[in-house]
Amino acid sequence: MQNVDFTLCEGEIHALMGENGAGKSTLIKVLTGVYGKDEGEIFLKGMEKAAVIHSPQDAQKLGISTVYQEITLCPNLSVAENMYIGRENKIYQNWKKINADADRMLKTLDIPAQAKQQLSTCSIAVQQMVAIARAVDMDCKVLILDEPTSSLDEHEVEKLFTLMRDLKKRGVGIIFVTHFLDQVYEVCDKITVLRDGKLVGEYEIKDLPRVKLVAKMLGKDFDDVADIKDEGACYKGEDADKVVLSAENLCSNQGIKPFDFYIKKGEVNGFTGLLGSGRSECVRAIFGADRVTSGTVSMNGKKVKISKPIHAMKNGIAYLPEDRKIDGIIGELSVRDNIILALQVLKGAFRPFSKAEANKFADEYVKLLEIKTASNDTPIKSLSGGNQQKVILARWLLANPEYLILDEPTRGIDVGTKVEIQKLVLKLASEGKSITFISSETDEMIRTCSRLVVMRDRKVVGELSGEDLTQNKIMSTIAGGGEE
Amino acid sequence: MSKIFKNQLFIPIAALLLLVLFNLIVDPAFFALSKGVYDGDSILTGNLISIIDNGSELAILAIGMTLVTAASGGQDISVGATMTLAGSVIVKVLRGSETSPVTLHQSIIVAFLVGCLVAILCGAFNGALVAFFKIQPMVATLILFTAGRSIASWVNNNQNIIIKDEKFKYFGYYLPKIPIPTPFIIAIICIIIMALLLKFTTLGLYTQAVGINENSSRLNGINPTLMKFVSFIILGVCVAVAGLIKASRQEGTISYGGFAKYIEMDAILAVALGGNPLGGGKFNMAASIIGAYVIQFLTITLYARGVNPEALPAYKAVVVIILVVISAPTVRDKISSLTKKLRVPKKEVC
Repeated sequence: MQNVDFTLCEGEIHALMGENGAGKSTLIKVLTGVYGKDEGEIFLKGMEKAAVIHSPQDAQKLGISTVYQEITLCPNLSVAENMYIGRENKIYQNWKKINADADRMLKTLDIPAQAKQQLSTCSIAVQQMVAIARAVDMDCKVLILDEPTSSLDEHEVEKLFTLMRDLKKRGVGIIFVTHFLDQVYEVCDKITVLRDGKLVGEYEIKDLPRVKLVAKMLGKDFDDVADIKDEGACYKGEDADKVVLSAENLCSNQGIKPFDFYIKKGEVNGFTGLLGSGRSECVRAIFGADRVTSGTVSMNGKKVKISKPIHAMKNGIAYLPEDRKIDGIIGELSVRDNIILALQVLKGAFRPFSKAEANKFADEYVKLLEIKTASNDTPIKSLSGGNQQKVILARWLLANPEYLILDEPTRGIDVGTKVEIQKLVLKLASEGKSITFISSETDEMIRTCSRLVVMRDRKVVGELSGEDLTQNKIMSTIAGGGEE
Repeated sequence: MSKIFKNQLFIPIAALLLLVLFNLIVDPAFFALSKGVYDGDSILTGNLISIIDNGSELAILAIGMTLVTAASGGQDISVGATMTLAGSVIVKVLRGSETSPVTLHQSIIVAFLVGCLVAILCGAFNGALVAFFKIQPMVATLILFTAGRSIASWVNNNQNIIIKDEKFKYFGYYLPKIPIPTPFIIAIICIIIMALLLKFTTLGLYTQAVGINENSSRLNGINPTLMKFVSFIILGVCVAVAGLIKASRQEGTISYGGFAKYIEMDAILAVALGGNPLGGGKFNMAASIIGAYVIQFLTITLYARGVNPEALPAYKAVVVIILVVISAPTVRDKISSLTKKLRVPKKEVC
């Protein structure tokens, strides 16, 4: 990161934008003392000299608090304990008082939790809010929110925004880092854009329309993002009407209602619905990732038994899971091993690829998907999120499946890579692969899918295609159909 | 240069070289090989031979322990006890009902296979608890750690047995006409078999994948439960082989409380010395095996310096602490950043 100026005013929500690796996290970490700075100074209101911040504790004392994307609280402690732990180094704690204080705090901030409740029993959103409450209660003047919304659904995001606006009124300055453009325009006052570790500029929100913001982040024009909409590439082979996979009455132990599903050759369809509506559970049931309790699956008209992922893989199904870190990457293993893994499993345990073969595959896909990695031997965990996702994509492309399930392939990665992935999806479909594409961002779904299965409360409630594929129609179907 | 530092083999090899250097300075005669006579054949003797001889059981166990550690993220602490049990079973099969048999009741192969079966069953028991019931390895293996030696003594009615058979002694001493101790040859065979397994199957890749990320492995079609179970089975085989060697060394006289005592700790230490994370995941088999021989090298060095066997563990502990601290990732990062800092000014001078 070089020569970045950043100003945050009292009572302001300031978005910090940039692609992955643009230096957002680095800036935050310097501000909070996690990383040291080589040059430059940090000034705080009412202080004549530059602030000395060498550690997160220093930052906290000065009133700078951070809430990270991953929740950094202890799930098995109570809400109050989480709010007050590590704040005062006293041996004796007056728990009665602490619980009362915590309850008052939760009430003022309108957070639906009790002080004595165990944190893990709260929803992710509430946990996130508790983390914020902890920060606010530490008398913070600057609150840094690093992608707090990435694991929340729309209602929860709305609650969080209410809380943020409330804090803004109290004079807290908030730095908000997110990948969701909608959210930026909903709550922020100013935007600072970073690119390649350098400052691009600081803008008032009204002076910077979306298209320009994306252009600033990418350092190129918005055309690129817009034009895949028009391509409308689709598979035009003779067997375009052939149903590749169909499922009847499929149900897993994850509490979804039995559903029917089919996908044709060269088709891109998607599951949409709010977070927690069961979209991931549906595709996991198809892939056999959860225990299937009922239903039948047919592949190319032939009945198949899929009770484990390996069965699905052998039938030509691939699944890119929703949570890259937990279900996707194998952190310490090299990029090469991560790429060949699925194909290796298909080939069998007694026929390993030689290192040369594996390197050839890895080279091919690193080049094809433009994966940025130091070498094939680099552990995947040291790659950026977008590149990790590309490696997982490469893994499944290498296995050459007939039907590809991509669950949130664009989550938490930068705009440029998102577009690349969407383009790739359309290209694969035009080559005759069937793809199920799931995304939280409806506009992405509209751009890529030709048919959408809509879910609500763990039930399939509708199907949209053709002219019905509009933002409004999807919303109204999700909300309950025909209410609009 | 920094590449050498980062290589996982660096620490165990550096430790080995340090021990060699220490002995070269203090007493070069330490490395002398001389000819001895065993049962009419000429053999090699000397400290180096003692190291490769007596380190064999540990090296064999380290192979299995490395896999268990990598796949399950925990250690098997029942190794010493199950080794006693395997040894005891082998002796029981060989002796029939006599306490000092003149002739063997069964061929050694049969006895070994029965011992092997018992050790594999023990491994399967541990493996089932860990893989199917998801019990922490340390807790699961605590059961056999406690019970193994009692069962071993019950197998032979707690009797002291002597098996004076030439062929049985082959495994712990020397084969006719071969100047190198058999245990070392057996260890080399085990190492070669393991190397072949790692080369011609995906055992290494799958085990590491399961140890690093179980969820993700499952979604890629690997069966994590099976991989963990298999690692315990392989350790079971290693235990049986080590048990045979040890029982042969003792000529069948097994002291049920003291046979291979604390060897599980040395095996775990070998894995740690090799720089393998004890929390599972990536592993380097060669590093573990070198680690095992480093431990034995240290033991023999201390003996050669006249350290009392009773005091040996204390000396060992000191050296081990130093080695483990040096090989800790945080310390290694500090060292490599230090060397970087030292190198920068030099460049400016040039």
